[in-house]
Amino acid sequence: MDVVKSDAANYKNFLKEFIETQNERALYGAEQIIKTFIKRNISPEEIVNLHILAFAELYPNITPEVHRAMNFLLETMISYGMALQEYQALREKQLELQSEISVAASMQETLLLTEKPCISGLDIGVISIPAQQMNGDYHHFMKGKDGSLGIAIADVIGKGVPAALCMSMIKYSVDSFPEEAMSPQMILNSLNRVVERNVDPSMFITMFYGQYHPDSEMLTYASAGHEPGFHYCAETDTFSEIKAKGLVLGVLPDTEYQQYERKINKGDMIILLTDGVTECRNGEEFIESDEVLERIHEFRHLPAQEMVEKVYRYFERMQDFHLRDDFTLLIFKKRV
Amino acid sequence: MELDIRVEKDNDQIAIFLTGEIDAFTAPKLKEELAKCTVQSGKIIQVDLEQVEYMDSTGLGIFIGALKSAKEHDSSLKLVHLQDRVFRLFKITGLDEIMDIKPVIQGGKQ
Repeated sequence: MDVVKSDAANYKNFLKEFIETQNERALYGAEQIIKTFIKRNISPEEIVNLHILAFAELYPNITPEVHRAMNFLLETMISYGMALQEYQALREKQLELQSEISVAASMQETLLLTEKPCISGLDIGVISIPAQQMNGDYHHFMKGKDGSLGIAIADVIGKGVPAALCMSMIKYSVDSFPEEAMSPQMILNSLNRVVERNVDPSMFITMFYGQYHPDSEMLTYASAGHEPGFHYCAETDTFSEIKAKGLVLGVLPDTEYQQYERKINKGDMIILLTDGVTECRNGEEFIESDEVLERIHEFRHLPAQEMVEKVYRYFERMQDFHLRDDFTLLIFKKRV
Repeated sequence: MELDIRVEKDNDQIAIFLTGEIDAFTAPKLKEELAKCTVQSGKIIQVDLEQVEYMDSTGLGIFIGALKSAKEHDSSLKLVHLQDRVFRLFKITGLDEIMDIKPVIQGGKQ
């Protein structure tokens, strides 16, 4: 790129003034010119060349040694200029990648989209917020032909893009299982094999799968190493942990999961969450699950969706609005 | 928060002492150090987590990877002196049943 002539002339004048007077003002003027060069992507070797030409015009009688030394500098600046160009190309590439990731994130949202089902007598609330652009938590609702409701909540170890890709795989595996194989135990058995075969050894997934049968008012469930959920019993006004043993998905190929069940009565609530909820921190202090339950208890008279949003806001404020991990909280209340 | 890793070797025994926090930030360093040990064959590797106050699920992934690698190389991996909060993670995820883990017991070390 040709340096604009007037800039070259100005540069020469500033150089002359500085050599003769050592006036800082001249230096400042040259700096301003260089700044416009940077903006116009003018390479360092072009600037050195400009300097050589200006100097030669001002002092035609310079010794050949000085002249050669100047040219020497010019040559070495060429590789510097190339590195700079590379850096600029990388910066552009980075911006490109960033915009691709945000496209991927919105695509993931579409892929993993699940609709909160309407089942009479049940009130469901759910919130899922990623710590970074892409979410490694996952929840999904499935309505069975027999009127049952399947609820999956999962957390993939690891964050960011790989975690998110993994979640899409889980969702499509579950979707492909035939309906007669949809018991919580069977789903986890099958998913474990899918994850074990397809995912990097240091990556694994925790999942809770529950199935609610409105006719018998029973919740059957199984867990693959997932953070335990809670059952709020309206009659006694107490919470109990929904304990379920099971290894995380993807570690051993032949893991068999146990299935459990419990009766859900009127006014009861089932609370499912990911470790982003229990790993919230208040400064250096961790938030204990009791505190999560206290908030839920405080908001228990609100509709389920309002409850999860209020709980989230509470912990978000407590952590200065900076999530360390993806946060998913799901509550379902049995109204009648 | 940082993670300090100290490795002591005595013939086939390798003792690794960890101090600090294990999270997504410090995990790569731990992964690298553990891998150096687990790719050697016939070693007895013991990781001491007494000074680890916090570990998130990334840490679990690292230890599972290390366990798999140790098994492949006929080495063994054992975790000792885990604090309650850290041990809880292994318990919830069912990993306490497939790994050799000795937590801190009340009233002293086990």
